[in-house]
Amino acid sequence: MNDKNKPQTMAQKILAYHCGRDYVSEGEIVNADVDIVLGNDITLPIAIEEFNKIGTGRVFDREKVVVVPDHFAPNKDIKSAQQCKFMREFARKQDIKNYFEVGKMGIEHALLPELGLVLPGNLVVGADSHTCTYGALGAASTGVGSTDVAVAMSTGRLWFMVPKTIKFIYSGSLKKWITGKDLILYTIGLIGVEGALYKSMEFSGPTVSKLSMDSRFTMSNMAIEAGGKFGIFEVDGITEEFLKSRSDGNYKIFRSDPDVGYEKIYNIDCSDIELQVAAPHLPSNTKNARDLADISIDQVVIGSCTNGRIEDMGIAAEILNGRKVDGNIRAIIIPATQNIYLEALKKGYIEIFINSGCVVSTPTCGPCLGGHMGVLAEGERAISTTNRNFVGRMGHPKSEVYLSGPSVAAASAIAGRIAIPEEVM
Amino acid sequence: MIIRERAIKYGDNVDTDVIIPARYLNTTEDRELASHCFEGLDKDFKEKVKERKIIVAGYNFGCGSSREHAPLSIKTSGVKAVIAASFARIFFRNSINIGLPVMSSSEAAGFIQDGDDLEVDLSSGQIKDITQDKVFNVNPLPEFIQGIIKSGGYINFTRENLKK
Repeated sequence: MNDKNKPQTMAQKILAYHCGRDYVSEGEIVNADVDIVLGNDITLPIAIEEFNKIGTGRVFDREKVVVVPDHFAPNKDIKSAQQCKFMREFARKQDIKNYFEVGKMGIEHALLPELGLVLPGNLVVGADSHTCTYGALGAASTGVGSTDVAVAMSTGRLWFMVPKTIKFIYSGSLKKWITGKDLILYTIGLIGVEGALYKSMEFSGPTVSKLSMDSRFTMSNMAIEAGGKFGIFEVDGITEEFLKSRSDGNYKIFRSDPDVGYEKIYNIDCSDIELQVAAPHLPSNTKNARDLADISIDQVVIGSCTNGRIEDMGIAAEILNGRKVDGNIRAIIIPATQNIYLEALKKGYIEIFINSGCVVSTPTCGPCLGGHMGVLAEGERAISTTNRNFVGRMGHPKSEVYLSGPSVAAASAIAGRIAIPEEVM
Repeated sequence: MIIRERAIKYGDNVDTDVIIPARYLNTTEDRELASHCFEGLDKDFKEKVKERKIIVAGYNFGCGSSREHAPLSIKTSGVKAVIAASFARIFFRNSINIGLPVMSSSEAAGFIQDGDDLEVDLSSGQIKDITQDKVFNVNPLPEFIQGIIKSGGYINFTRENLKK
């Protein structure tokens, strides 16, 4: 068979398209043109230093390099301020179109889709492991390091190994409160933290075809927590609806060929999936939330690139409305972007949060990685809608993080221990 | 290149948060990053690495964040190579890009004991455990990746290619 006619996955097709070919084979190393190169205040400073060593002087395209100070911004200390300043000066010097200052910025992986900067069929790299989030838009999108970003900023190209694909088919109707977070935690629990190492995860099936974009972003976001390179959804009516106000429709849609050979196929019946929690210290250490009712907590975080979108805010507000956060709990809510913050304000969510005793923060990655805005002390425990629960992730090496979706986090804030919504409503 | 060093052994899923906690990522200064290397996993690493410069670990080494500070802090600490049963994708890329030698072998990683004397030949892919008198042969890296390593990292490799 002519290579051109061989069946290919979405991952193969997007990579092939970006190196000007009809076909690339799995395992092959290719040099491909990238559509977006992303960096933040943690990873870009190193990338800028390396970029300067390459010596091209200018970035390959001022409109395709995206710079977001979100991790330790608004600046948490003098050193972070220096890093943000270094990055800001680079962005000005290079006349970067998509530099987002405090006040306009948001958590990068919520911000870029919101602004229509990533489109279906794009090949995106970012010096942040959760760059895989944009797979929800039918893009091939993955996290890389600072040196990779330096090279991509200079040349517009990067090397990729074409990944094999694992297909996940979700079927069955979802129980109340179940969101994309529960589906992805369940999936990681099933396959393990290296269950998709180097692989593209393709999410499909009747259940996810009804899933909101916000829930899809959450699922793609955590592909890396199973070791995945991409976490891709096919473009459908829900994707197109999301993009209607954000693009001129000028994008390319790639679909996996029906007869393509997958590395593995998982059929997941969702009808029995309950609210999920990943216990310390691995995202794969998943349990049913209702089985953890004796776990007391000190802090709740609702936010992050995983669950800081308007759907998450809405779920938290529904549960917290008219109720009070337990007296021993610090509940921190972080809308992921300024627009989400504003929408939450207009919908009355922010008032609900404040009345219930939550603190509402400006967008930042802050507590997720133990940076600022909610660092844990020795022996403290949090339940958080973030993505990692490794040792010391949110602060002291002897602190603990439990991962959940927004409903369990909000219910736990009220109960003062891990709880499901039915226990507090 | 042949490296003769003793092993420091760690387990599975050594993540980037224990290699270099995020609270230290407010700098790009490699010496400062190295001073916190493995702080979340092994308080004695700084002492151990004076005598032993090959890390041997289990599956999924370097999982988690894309932070290049992780391989950079390991390299700056004086570590000459990392042998693991498997590597997380981004960590693997980052190590190659900055010139930290990495080798995947579940057999070698499972067999080698903490403190063993090792001789590693990066070009042939041979790992010799001198203490236990055993030899492992690792699949060579793809040619393209070997090219990056030969150039001394991705930056030099890119500079050379831009000149062509």
